[in-house]
Amino acid sequence: MELKMFILVLGLLVGSLMPLGGAASSPDTGTGHGGSHGNKNPGNGTTYSKKPFPVLSFDYEHVRLPFEISLWVLLASLMKLGFHLIPRVSSIVPESCLLIVVGLLVGGLIKMVGEDPPVLESKIFFFYLLPPIILDAGYFMPIRQFTENLGTILMFAVVGTLWNSFFVGGLLYGVCQLEGHKLAYVDLLSCLLFGSIISAVDPVAVLAVFEEIHINELLHILVFGESLLNDAVTVVLYHLFEEYSSVGSITFMDVFLGIVCFLVVSLGGIVVGAIYGILAAFTSRFTSHTRVIEPLFVFVYSYMAYLSAEVFHLSGIMALIACGAVMRPYVEANISHKSHTTIKYFLKMWSSVSDTLIFIFLGVSTVAGPHQWNWTFVVATVIFCLVARVLGVVGLTFVINKFRIVKLTSKDQFIIAYGGLRGAIAFSLVYLLNPKHFPMRNMFLTAIITVIFFTVFVQGMTIRPLVDLLAVKKKQETKRSINEEIHTQFLDHLLTGIEDICGHYGHHHWKDKLNRFNKKYVKKCLIAGERSKEPQLIAFYHKMEMKQAIELVESGGGAKLPSALPSTVSMQNIQPKKPSQDRALPQLSKAREEEIRKILRTNLQRTRQRLRSYNRHTLIADPYEDGWNEMLLKRKKMKELEKKMNNYLTVPAPPPDSPTITRARLASDPQAWGLKSVTESIPTIKVDLASPQSPESVNVVDEFSKKGSQPKEEEGGLTMKVPSPAKQRKDKTPDEEPQQRLMRCLSDPGPALVFVSPVLLCLTKVHSRQYAM
Amino acid sequence: MITIVMGSFQSLPDDHQYRTLSQKTGFSLEQIAILHNRFKQLSQNEETLRRDDLKTIQDLESNPIRSQIIEAFFDSRNFQKDVVGSVEEIGFEEFLTVMSYFRAPPQHITEEQREEIRRAKLRFLFNMHDTDNDGTITLEEYRHVVEELLSRSGALGRETAKGIADAAMLEVASISVGPMAPDEFYEGITFEHFLKILNGVEIETRMNIHFLNMDATVLCK
Repeated sequence: MELKMFILVLGLLVGSLMPLGGAASSPDTGTGHGGSHGNKNPGNGTTYSKKPFPVLSFDYEHVRLPFEISLWVLLASLMKLGFHLIPRVSSIVPESCLLIVVGLLVGGLIKMVGEDPPVLESKIFFFYLLPPIILDAGYFMPIRQFTENLGTILMFAVVGTLWNSFFVGGLLYGVCQLEGHKLAYVDLLSCLLFGSIISAVDPVAVLAVFEEIHINELLHILVFGESLLNDAVTVVLYHLFEEYSSVGSITFMDVFLGIVCFLVVSLGGIVVGAIYGILAAFTSRFTSHTRVIEPLFVFVYSYMAYLSAEVFHLSGIMALIACGAVMRPYVEANISHKSHTTIKYFLKMWSSVSDTLIFIFLGVSTVAGPHQWNWTFVVATVIFCLVARVLGVVGLTFVINKFRIVKLTSKDQFIIAYGGLRGAIAFSLVYLLNPKHFPMRNMFLTAIITVIFFTVFVQGMTIRPLVDLLAVKKKQETKRSINEEIHTQFLDHLLTGIEDICGHYGHHHWKDKLNRFNKKYVKKCLIAGERSKEPQLIAFYHKMEMKQAIELVESGGGAKLPSALPSTVSMQNIQPKKPSQDRALPQLSKAREEEIRKILRTNLQRTRQRLRSYNRHTLIADPYEDGWNEMLLKRKKMKELEKKMNNYLTVPAPPPDSPTITRARLASDPQAWGLKSVTESIPTIKVDLASPQSPESVNVVDEFSKKGSQPKEEEGGLTMKVPSPAKQRKDKTPDEEPQQRLMRCLSDPGPALVFVSPVLLCLTKVHSRQYAM
Repeated sequence: MITIVMGSFQSLPDDHQYRTLSQKTGFSLEQIAILHNRFKQLSQNEETLRRDDLKTIQDLESNPIRSQIIEAFFDSRNFQKDVVGSVEEIGFEEFLTVMSYFRAPPQHITEEQREEIRRAKLRFLFNMHDTDNDGTITLEEYRHVVEELLSRSGALGRETAKGIADAAMLEVASISVGPMAPDEFYEGITFEHFLKILNGVEIETRMNIHFLNMDATVLCK
């Protein structure tokens, strides 16, 4: 049913596109005329005859251009929707193939009507369609894997592309010469130019295909990184050959200049990108009052980086990647959570639309573009491309494996070679060639389209079953756990330490130095406020907590627990080490336990304690253990609590201090709270302010009476939860009065807690010492 | 603490001795020679290395887990089987044995060998955390680990370290043991649980450093 509706809508859409889309050779050149052909009153100046006022008129021309663009975007998006309604097809055929087929169909329809289908103009492609995809890739690039494999990626990108271009170009020239009459006019430089265009692995195609096969991160970053970094090589070779093909020869000087140009183009692009990235990070420092436009800065600065690099003919792609990668850690620390979500979704949305449009236009352009088919040339191109890629990968891996710690296996090599897809960038570059200088342009165009179709269709469709067949490692879907994060950091420091002991400055040493430099100087400049000093582990921890809280709220507030929450185990299950045997461990009888439980239940009926997931342990009156809220909020609440206490306490309350001072004072001053009203009848609630590591802290007998592990509840009040005393803590003397350890969490204290809380705050280490002795 | 007297190792590079070491630890002869030079430099040409010798390395000063790294070199569990305790000084053989934990696995190995290497490296990490040699990492020890990691971050680090360590223990318990009734306990992380929680981290590929094959003499000051 859904599907039928969808096809109907689609048909209408395409139908409306045909007369409109065909009327201009490309949306870019469509100009909206001011003239309206529906206007019944063309005369100006003649006021003699009064015509009736035009209630409704048809004036298409002046909205033509935006209308057409919107229609194309709408078509692309509906196509994307449609593929997912047909489940079987989308699991066999990658989306890019389907989109090209759709483009072919649309192009065919337009041609049948007799109009000229629009072609993928290079300007539109390079300025509007490509940047979102690259920015999306650069902003979310996994920096750690990228830098770890940078050497390998650079080898593949630079040396691999050079090898491919010369191999394909040279061999094609040979074939052309051999062929004789038809192809003799193709000279060496044109062949080399063609080789350089076609040998570059395309990021758009790689992303589109690799996204769906979920391959392991190493291979993904290798192929993807290669496709991004080979842009510089392609740019230089393209310009070099293009410039000199009209002249007809290249001297040694030109080659040398070409190498210099390559360095300038790539490093220059990166520098431009980094500068804009730092500017964006710096700007985001001040956006705390205008959160709404935060995403805008990210997008505009990145786009400016791209355009600025293009002004100087530097590598725009590398600039964009550098900008995104540089600005990300600082911007993310500064912007609000909503802005972060906005940026993520806008980038994904734009890159998705761009991606779809590119493939559709590729299909349409295939139908439209002037073709010149030459069997020899095309077949030779396809074969040489494949052979060059395989030889290149194998040869380079042989060299690279000498320097890598983790070697690349032959399975990896196969996937790298097979994943070298060509795409729309190559097509656009050929399209830019001037037909006057390059009479064989149409043949090149045909050959390129064939290669693109071959790689996208054949390689794209078969890579998924091949990955399954070869049992290549897939991406791990598990969420990053806090243990893994702790150990990742631990490993980093450990490896740096071992390198220092060994005495040679390796990879980890320099990374550590960079991190320290970053922490000391850069973060202070670019990150606003407190967060500049936040270490990575703590940032990760906060992010996790935030995510879990959001999950909890979204799942209905405690009714259904998110799976990640370790709610089945609470801190009471995790006990510290059994003490050494020289301390007597008193046993409490079950009857006593029951008594304690009853007493507590009656006393503490009306208080509800909100539980936190990570702090179910002895949360002694230390509200600052929890890193959840901002410090200020906690302090405010603490102050409120203390103010309330003042009304109920018989003992004078302290002035509201900062928490560290309060804690220090209470801990050090035994006479601060001389609460003598502890009698036998009242069950004394003893809380220990000291950290559990100090010996005194565990002198308090704690019989926990438990109420079972409660699931995490949503915000809203306090629940007193008394943990179970199942395991005995070390203790010196059992006490008459049961002393319980209370679990308490921060928030607005309930009324009954007010009775308890002065007791909580009053009792100090000293009391426990007294009892212990 | 058990003090082991090291005295049998000669100071002259003996080819035969290098060969046995090479067989034992897997390093090549050149790598052993370079590491031996480094050992001599650190120990000031003596035959044994002490903790203070390692403490003099300047680059280690800024490492937050410095003391744990140094301790690991003197932990008997890392170079002798079934012995616990720490020693005061180590010889070159022990130094090399500890270093061999950071060798990359060879390229063509079977799954079992890979698993074995993984276990060995994780055992080394486990020993670093389990400071009282009882076979489990308790909450206290884990807290200590997190605190050390955050030790350069001041007060903010200390306060959240506890929370982080608690969260981590909770996670281990729920992954390893699953739902626990309120009167069950989770004593501490055993080695098997440790293996489980670090399943996602590819230790055998990550816990490696690049050992020089040629004497490039990029030596510490």
